[in-house]
Amino acid sequence: MTAAIELKDASRAFGTVVALDRVSLTIAPGEFFALLGPSGSGKTTCLRLIAGFDHPDSGTILLDGEDVTDVPPYDRNVNTVFQDYALFPHMSVAENVAYGLRVRRVGAAERAGRAREMLELVRLGDFGDRRPGQLSGGQKQRVALARALINRPNVLLLDEPLGALDLKLREEMQAELKGLQQRLGITFVFVTHDQGEALSMADRVAVFSQGRIEQLDTPRGLYTRPRTAFVASFVGSANVVEGPEAERLTGRREPFAIRPELIEVIAVDQQAPSGAISCTGTLEDVLYHGSSSRCHVRIDEHTTLAVARAESVAGTPLPPQGSRVRLAWRAESMVPLQAG
Amino acid sequence: MLRSLSTFFHGRNAFYIALLLAPPLLWLGTVYLGSLFTLLAQSFYAIDEFTAKVVPELTLKTYRQLFTQPANVDIVVRTVLMAIAVTIASAVIAFPIANYMARYAGPKMKAFFYVGVMLPMWTSYLVKVYAWRLILAKQGIASWAIASLGLERGLDSLLATPVVGGPSLASSYIGMFIVFVYMWLPFMILPLSAALERVPASLLQASADLGARPGQTFRNVVVPLALPGLAAGSIFTFSLTLGDYIIPSVVGAPGYFVGMMVYQQQGTAGNMPLAAAFSVVPIVLIALYLSLAKRLGAFDAL
Repeated sequence: MTAAIELKDASRAFGTVVALDRVSLTIAPGEFFALLGPSGSGKTTCLRLIAGFDHPDSGTILLDGEDVTDVPPYDRNVNTVFQDYALFPHMSVAENVAYGLRVRRVGAAERAGRAREMLELVRLGDFGDRRPGQLSGGQKQRVALARALINRPNVLLLDEPLGALDLKLREEMQAELKGLQQRLGITFVFVTHDQGEALSMADRVAVFSQGRIEQLDTPRGLYTRPRTAFVASFVGSANVVEGPEAERLTGRREPFAIRPELIEVIAVDQQAPSGAISCTGTLEDVLYHGSSSRCHVRIDEHTTLAVARAESVAGTPLPPQGSRVRLAWRAESMVPLQAG
Repeated sequence: MLRSLSTFFHGRNAFYIALLLAPPLLWLGTVYLGSLFTLLAQSFYAIDEFTAKVVPELTLKTYRQLFTQPANVDIVVRTVLMAIAVTIASAVIAFPIANYMARYAGPKMKAFFYVGVMLPMWTSYLVKVYAWRLILAKQGIASWAIASLGLERGLDSLLATPVVGGPSLASSYIGMFIVFVYMWLPFMILPLSAALERVPASLLQASADLGARPGQTFRNVVVPLALPGLAAGSIFTFSLTLGDYIIPSVVGAPGYFVGMMVYQQQGTAGNMPLAAAFSVVPIVLIALYLSLAKRLGAFDAL
């Protein structure tokens, strides 16, 4: 099967800043793909290259196996939902949605019908006559979505689509986007800096850092088998232990990551289960989060480990701050990391 | 003392605002609007046929004179046609410049363009008009440049055009038109580039993304969103052309313009009512133009 999107060694620099450094990437048709990374990591540049708003300094971009590197955005079968929605303020909601048909010279009657269909798809059937200025953030988001989908693109690009929404709405839209993608069966590529969003929605995630893809994997793969310290701490939270501390705990100098929820806190005089890695430390602070609490335990002068404990009504509470505690975790919970 | 004063004003917003606004409002009310209404009133005054003195008797005679005497109607039509032509030409010339300034120019280039656009406005208006008369004269630099490009025939046939042509550029409506456009172009460029600057780049990208070719994006997105700036700029170019009396008296064909008529009627002729009636013409035209622009949705995106 031909890839929906393929980047081959794509590079882009702005002045002396390298935004994208020889990135290669293959996205399968129908995939929900996330480009995840902190700001300035190259994820948005990558999206802009796919949309055609920007041109790579070197490398090629293929859509459905066709080289589109020099094809302008209006000739690519790709549509975009913009971060600021970019709704045309001088057009009604229905005119905004129908814009893609209007510029392709589709007749007025068909335009109106399909715009109505699209608005119903995003549950805004009665909003056609309003102006974008009269809509809430969530509604604008849906109009932008309807407008981008009306041309029936093979690929939908979403640039931080949920960034401007409040938490509750964001969670609602996450489920809605996921459902929409499954119903339409088209490729979704979305850019986000929110790892939770990427993990919960995407089939596969590319983690960007400094213009390169640090790791490309399924959400579960990223979380359970991060390859580098950056991925381990950017996707979820992780304790990264390296150098002499690693050697002291495991007998090897290679860095490793351990998730806070996989570390157990036991009484300092209690024996760790056999085969477990164990050490003692001082409980520095405890933050209560409701379903869980997190604490930091200093195991030597250079290293504190974060520990997350599920809170249950019947569970034993943590000892007071400043107490000595013993930490223990299973050897297989540790993920070896590439040095660097 | 100051503290108690500010405590007093706190929570008495209306009073505070009234105090702040009173001086400018008085100025605006008396000096601008007051004199304007006096002018309007004057246009309805009668003039004594024997003594040629203005008598405060209300009459529509002046307006009848304005709209029935062919010479006066000609003046109004001539002025309005010139103002329309100047406005359209200014908009056409200003758009690419304003668009470049708003969207493509870097900060240095933009500053250069702003200074370049405004610099000519800092020099004497009269000097520029007289300079243009020399430039456009029969043996002037314009005809010399055209001749050295081998385009004399073109100029000759242009000047041979009835009505707008004439013996030389300096004494034709074409020349007058050139000077008007030169003078008022900055007043079109500045509001237009300000309006274009407010159009987010993402809107243009969204348009292209949805399949619009550059021309379609320009027509469907750029121009509609630039309309408020275009309206503001055209009000300047239109009304400045309607009211000007120096350019038509220095450059161009001998026909009268509204501004010249106002100048002459209230000055040498001493016919204040007719001068007032003539100056009401631009006011009414601009009001009509504004309501038309509003109806066409020029201000919807504001």
